[in-house]
Amino acid sequence: MSGPEETIDAAFAGRLGDFSLDARFSVPARGIAALVGPSGCGKTTILRCAAGLTRLQGSFRIGGETWQDDETGLFRKPHRRPVGYVFQEASLFSHLRVRDNLLYGARRAGPAEIDSALSFDAVVGLLGIAPLLDRAPDALSGGERQRVAIGRALLSRPRLLLMDEPLSALDRDSREDILPYLETLHDELMIPVLYVSHDMSEVDRLADSLVLMERGRVLASGPLSELEADPDLPLIRSGGAAVTLEGIVESVDETYRLTEIAIPGGRVVVPGLQGGPGAGRRLRIRASDVSFASSRPEGITILNCLPVRILGTYPRDIDESQVTVVAALGEDGAGARLIGRITKRSQEALSLHSGATVFALIKAVSLASSRPGKR
Amino acid sequence: MTGIAESLSETWPAIRLTVSLATVTTIILMVLGTPVAWWLARSRARWKEVVATIVALPLVLPPTVLGFYLLVALGPNGPGGWIAGLFGGRSLAFTFEGLVIGSVIYSLPFVVQPIRNAFEAIGDRPLEVAATLRASPWNAFWSVAVPLARPGFLAGAVLGFAHTVGEFGVVLMIGGNIPGETRVLSVAIYDHVETLQWDKAHLLAALMLGFAFVIILAMTLIARRMGRTTP
Repeated sequence: MSGPEETIDAAFAGRLGDFSLDARFSVPARGIAALVGPSGCGKTTILRCAAGLTRLQGSFRIGGETWQDDETGLFRKPHRRPVGYVFQEASLFSHLRVRDNLLYGARRAGPAEIDSALSFDAVVGLLGIAPLLDRAPDALSGGERQRVAIGRALLSRPRLLLMDEPLSALDRDSREDILPYLETLHDELMIPVLYVSHDMSEVDRLADSLVLMERGRVLASGPLSELEADPDLPLIRSGGAAVTLEGIVESVDETYRLTEIAIPGGRVVVPGLQGGPGAGRRLRIRASDVSFASSRPEGITILNCLPVRILGTYPRDIDESQVTVVAALGEDGAGARLIGRITKRSQEALSLHSGATVFALIKAVSLASSRPGKR
Repeated sequence: MTGIAESLSETWPAIRLTVSLATVTTIILMVLGTPVAWWLARSRARWKEVVATIVALPLVLPPTVLGFYLLVALGPNGPGGWIAGLFGGRSLAFTFEGLVIGSVIYSLPFVVQPIRNAFEAIGDRPLEVAATLRASPWNAFWSVAVPLARPGFLAGAVLGFAHTVGEFGVVLMIGGNIPGETRVLSVAIYDHVETLQWDKAHLLAALMLGFAFVIILAMTLIARRMGRTTP
């Protein structure tokens, strides 16, 4: 485990009207940690508490720096916390042009570090907002506005970025527009992010770790790939259950335009040329795309057939004909976890029980990130 | 025509007095009304509506009632008299300073209400955004709240000025009718009618009518132009 210098530790408890929150979690202070759960479960409240906008009893530390600790009576005012907050609605200042919106926080954040990755030009370039600088916020589209809001938050040189469903107020097209920018952000900046979302497809693309919430409590927190395949958590039972895997491009088949990607405990082939050998890729495999065979099948069109060890089988409460299978890649079961959804009849016919070594047939592997650039 | 010029030169002190009274009053009202409006818009105190009611009282109170209380307060035995004593006077009643105090109280709701509405219309979000961008509350007030509430400030200033120009009852009660010192336009018109100088009354009344028309037209145009706050 990492020391306190490298984590974000949050603990908040209290009541807000009818709603009571008692949440405690610790996530790495790098990468994107997604706060996930049904609406009204307290995700936004946690973000507001982290920024100091809402005050509940508890404590908040980031990388060894304490922003709130009610035991010692410490509470840093919102404007004394180096956070960048991106709200659900862009909330640009309508009386300022885009440029002045961007510089609002930068002017107040104190002197900039020389050649920082967060210089004005770098951020404007990263988010592709250079053509908008002299416009009024009213003259921007929803997606453009949100990009400016993200840029404004970044330019205030935050130690922590808080993003509250930044894509949910946008239509599908603008959302697809912004996601690549967020992915670039994730790859190129060192700022840790707390990202609130209820959309698992966003989370699959962006998050490194997960804080799973329900009715004001934290159900679990940890690395994304572990929580997705954890049989004790509701994620594997949801309709869109899937796992994300971090892979590295192994080889490229120019003739058939296929890419072979190594993942922990195996190798998969994905369609298309997905970058040169050594490039990191995030893959997503849906439970509904995984089937099992007791022996390696012959004469089959499915490209990805990997030995796995079954870790457990779990009936679905909402559909008794179906079973969710959690398996680990490799004959020894030491690789990454995979989940598959099969019928109860098949499970009994093939006697798929924990400990059994079988073959997983993966009908489709998708890249979690649509961007063919570097990762 | 010479009649009109003569009447104007005769009523010039009243016009000048009215304008300077309204100007001083408006400046004081902006300085005083802004924090009151801010507090009324932002505070969660339960008794804030009590304060709002006190501020709004001049809207419904007969000017003579307000004038009577002010006369008592400004007179030699009231706090006004005490203040006047510091400067070697006896009383603030029947002075320009007394008129300013009365006008400020009388026109307060006309300034506070539009500014309060404008502050409320901004909502919490822009100020929260400002706070997360390191703006202290004081800084956020000047850099976000005031610019966004600009239409409210303009409406408040215009209404406060116009209302002060038009006041009559309060002035009569606390200022009387001293030419060049407390004799404002509305009192002058009353005076002319009383003394059957109808032509002079006509002239001043027409001036006031024109002024009111211009003010309301300007307000409407400003409201239309500033309905959207743009950079």
